[in-house]
Amino acid sequence: MLRDFYHFLRTLTPTEQVAALFFIVFGLLVVISVGAFLMTFRTEGRAKDPKWHEELADFRRLLGTSWVMVVIFWIGWAAGHVVATLLFAAIAFFALREFITLSPTRRGDHRSLVLAFFVVLPVQFWLAATRHFDLFTVFIPVYVFLAIPLVSALGGDTQRFLERNAKLQWGIVVCVYGMSHVPALLLLDFPQRNYVGKGAFLVFFVVFVVQTCMVVQHLLARRSQRPPSIPTVSRSFHWTSWLLGMAVGSMAGGALTFITPFAPGQAVAMAFIACAAGSLGHLVMKALKRDRGVPAWGHRASVTGANGLLDRVDALCFAAPVFFHSVRWYFGV
Amino acid sequence: MLAKAMSLFLLGLVRVLTGAQARWYGCPPKAEQRIYFANHQSHADLVMIWAALPQELRSITRPIAARDYWTKSRLRQWITTAVFNAVYVDRARTGEQDPLEPLVQALENGDSIILFPEGTRGHAEEPQPFKAGLYNLALRFPDVVLVPAWIDNIQRVMPKGEVVPVPILCSVTFGAPVKLEPGEERRAFLDRARAAVVALRDA
Repeated sequence: MLRDFYHFLRTLTPTEQVAALFFIVFGLLVVISVGAFLMTFRTEGRAKDPKWHEELADFRRLLGTSWVMVVIFWIGWAAGHVVATLLFAAIAFFALREFITLSPTRRGDHRSLVLAFFVVLPVQFWLAATRHFDLFTVFIPVYVFLAIPLVSALGGDTQRFLERNAKLQWGIVVCVYGMSHVPALLLLDFPQRNYVGKGAFLVFFVVFVVQTCMVVQHLLARRSQRPPSIPTVSRSFHWTSWLLGMAVGSMAGGALTFITPFAPGQAVAMAFIACAAGSLGHLVMKALKRDRGVPAWGHRASVTGANGLLDRVDALCFAAPVFFHSVRWYFGV
Repeated sequence: MLAKAMSLFLLGLVRVLTGAQARWYGCPPKAEQRIYFANHQSHADLVMIWAALPQELRSITRPIAARDYWTKSRLRQWITTAVFNAVYVDRARTGEQDPLEPLVQALENGDSIILFPEGTRGHAEEPQPFKAGLYNLALRFPDVVLVPAWIDNIQRVMPKGEVVPVPILCSVTFGAPVKLEPGEERRAFLDRARAAVVALRDA
């Protein structure tokens, strides 16, 4: 039965396969959402416990985010590469806006900010959309890293020069450089492996394994009685739960081999790389937040409107470029 | 038609750049006659507070714009009249004319107004001392509700002297209305009003 289904999927065109993937994901989300909705009617047992309601509310928020993300990915895939690139450019734009809002800049940074938002961001996504992958990978780390301090220097303000430029460059790397690798993955083809037009699978692969790793880590850390491993950075980070999360994430990658151009072992290794980059990148962002004195990018008393977008995408922003580079390097595309 | 399109464009632009978030902390958005008074750090302040108001209030609320700056070019003049329906005031007192006269007229018509009592844009973190205009209007229109507002972060979007705005999230916090007490001194009232605005910064 399952075998027949699998063979049926193999006979489909790449487009139909991706459509089937979305069909399955949406179906799962509907089932889970209906389940969560029915849970709210429960009256006996744990339902009297306010903590249970809190957990349920937490879970529903997570579910809501998943819906939004899946819909965005679906629109990005269904509407074609141009729309997909624009969509992820918009996400990068809003994430960078949030990052800059919470990392105060000085008046002398204004020109650099204009450069970052209105030149660097569009150029980077244009390079992705037009598959100029060689320039795409070095444009920000090589050229922009020189251009930003130069514009700052021309502005004439030398106070805390290095610190200000580092802040801005970090924002660009995480929000623009990281995010731009998602549409780039969509456009990555492997002709020698008969893997053309299936970039959506690769994006799904990265998002799914990283998200699995993060969720497992999060759940284990919540249940754990052990003190956090790096309390100054994160109250919920444990090396054991991290390792288990990594293991589950990598296994999930292995299970998804059939949608990737990889052999099973390669899929596990690639998933491991993506999970490590994503979860450790998330940890780095936590350290940055702690330094800024904010619990999350979305919650600060005096500046509202920051809706915590960066908290949702930071793991992906770290995982996507590392994954993209490893894949290209390994397959020599 | 063109003005409507321009207003939609400006609203979209402000939302993309700043989020245009309004936080009603001391009072709800309500269609009563009000004087909103806020700190002033950027030309974009006027647009920001205009965009933060809900649609229904925006049409009956007129911002105050300095005549010398906002009539300098035809585009500026058109935007302030056709889109914002602004009230022009002269910053430099000329002859016998009372600079508050246009505001008095607007209030007599039943409109609400947006006022920046500092008079000019400040550089510092703290707003400058308030000018007497707010006191005089409060004295003359005791029934108009005085709502303090704090505009946060907008000076980073477009610092003085820059022309291209950058995207940074901003918010406008509206506080509890202030009332002119019977027999209250001018300076005391102005300082109290200013304190009400500053207090919203950390709200």
